[in-house]
Amino acid sequence: MAPTDTTLLDVNDLGVRFATGDGEVNAVNGVTFTLNRGETLGIVGESGSGKSQLAFAIMGLLAKNGIARGSVRFEGAEILNAALPTINALRSNHIAMVFQDPMTALNPYMRVSDQMAEGLIHHKGMGKAAAVAECVAMLDAVKIPDAKGRVRLYPHEFSGGMRQRVMIAMALLCKPDLLIADEPTTALDVTVQAQIMQLLADLQRDLGMATILITHDLGVIAGFCREVIVLYGGRVMEQSPVDPLFYAPSHPYTRGLLKSIPRVDQQGGDLYSIPGSPPNMTKAQKGCPFAPRCDYAGNDCRDHLDPLVEFEPGRKRACNRSIGELA
Amino acid sequence: MALTIVDYQALATRLATLDEVKGRSLWADARVRFMRNKAAVVGVCLLIFVTLYALFGEYLAAWAYEDIDWGIMGKAADMGQPSLANGHYFGVDDLGRDLFARAAQGTRISLIVGLIGALISVVVGTLYGAIAGYVGGRTDLIMMRIVDILLAIPFMFVVILLLVMFGRSLSMLFLGIGLLSWLSMARIVRGQTLTLKGREFIEAARATGVPTFIIITRHIVPNLLGIVAVYATLLIPEMILLESFISFLGLGVQEPLTSLGRLISEGASTINYGTLWQLAFPLFFFIVTMFAFFFVGDGLRDALDPKDR
Repeated sequence: MAPTDTTLLDVNDLGVRFATGDGEVNAVNGVTFTLNRGETLGIVGESGSGKSQLAFAIMGLLAKNGIARGSVRFEGAEILNAALPTINALRSNHIAMVFQDPMTALNPYMRVSDQMAEGLIHHKGMGKAAAVAECVAMLDAVKIPDAKGRVRLYPHEFSGGMRQRVMIAMALLCKPDLLIADEPTTALDVTVQAQIMQLLADLQRDLGMATILITHDLGVIAGFCREVIVLYGGRVMEQSPVDPLFYAPSHPYTRGLLKSIPRVDQQGGDLYSIPGSPPNMTKAQKGCPFAPRCDYAGNDCRDHLDPLVEFEPGRKRACNRSIGELA
Repeated sequence: MALTIVDYQALATRLATLDEVKGRSLWADARVRFMRNKAAVVGVCLLIFVTLYALFGEYLAAWAYEDIDWGIMGKAADMGQPSLANGHYFGVDDLGRDLFARAAQGTRISLIVGLIGALISVVVGTLYGAIAGYVGGRTDLIMMRIVDILLAIPFMFVVILLLVMFGRSLSMLFLGIGLLSWLSMARIVRGQTLTLKGREFIEAARATGVPTFIIITRHIVPNLLGIVAVYATLLIPEMILLESFISFLGLGVQEPLTSLGRLISEGASTINYGTLWQLAFPLFFFIVTMFAFFFVGDGLRDALDPKDR
């Protein structure tokens, strides 16, 4: 996809490396995608597949020992490894993030109002009172009852689900163009998960912002995203619009993931799981990271992995086996 | 379990008349929790009592702190015991000066020294440690090595040099104590900051795009309040002791001014002559002050943690 006027985020060959005591870790390799205004992209993968680091790299929040390569262009301007003032001007104002664990992502010593208003006061130059009024309106929008009274509370006075709503409200306050939601429902129980996802979907539609949803839950992706990137071992395995991915997964790993989802219409029997465990990322990567766990892997898979190729309009896969061979 | 229509109506009216959720300020909350802590409240009362004595004790005294009662001078052991009749409520010291007035004046100096030392350490040490810990990398390395170097220099040597070079004065004493007091605070705060830095809410604050200094002052420092409060209340007695040692060497507070430390050391040196009151009264105020600060520090730590209910 060539960048067009509607392109908001253009990520090209993004890689993230960490220098650790055990050697170099390649957390993310060669991720390329574009995101248009108002579109939704899902990034799926197991724990340790590099999903969160991908988001952190875009936001410039990598740990000190992390090095990001490649290019991330936001509205045409390069933001990868940009100077702190440049990236600070974008954060929350244009790119906002919802964090994984609402229990730890709010400062316990600050009132919710102060915490939420901080970004508004800083980015939009609002007065305190106006900013807090805006916060109350946004808390209303995320369906927190009695927002006016609750805005003056401390985080510990909220439940988990409410805190995640607060986090979402906080991220949306400056009306960002891009929202990155890093596993927004992982720390919540299932009933609250559904509410939060519904809320995110509604807000995304109403505000028309582009959204990157990072999750390990394909079910969440199905209801929310238009396009999906499947990450494994820091590499893109498959990149596809959401419907064909579910109906006709083209990659052995995607198939494994889909098979591992529990289904209501299947009674009894053990739940399928992909054999083996995710790769040790400290080892130098050669070949396909999924090869040791793949039913279709041949000797060539341990030596090299074919680059991501478009096999259908809008769909890409990286696998040495052709789709025919996987049947 | 189906609700009847009546139930729904009752529920609706209850929801409609539901009280608004009220938040309480950190300080109002802290005050309530502090007040619930008996030891801390006793500590505050004792501190108020000691402070009042230090501030106004001299006005109640029949004698000024520097005046010598010539009639008693030299006969302190026989005639200098506490007595209401001659106006020496706490007795007199070895030179025949009124101990009530002197203890009040000494307590005042000691409290000032302790508070100024603690204040410097809270302001300088907290900011210094938080900046070093949060910024990290080379900045942290350089800042903390400076602290190490300052800690490694024999402190007494520096203070003595200061006092000898710039003359003995209270302000030099404060400067000397100020130079030392923030060092260990900076170390403790830096360590705490390192653990805080990795927490998600700091990451979230960074993701909001506010500048580094605001993150330090608004997100890091308030989270350090508890440990800083406790450590500061431990520092005050330490500073008071330090001052008394410097004064003991003849470099701190100069005659006729005095401090609790001086009074105690004088009282201890004359204990063989049967003038127990010369030790007992200063020691009483010293101990009461120490205990009060410890209790208050403990209470503050508990009260300033908003998660603790």
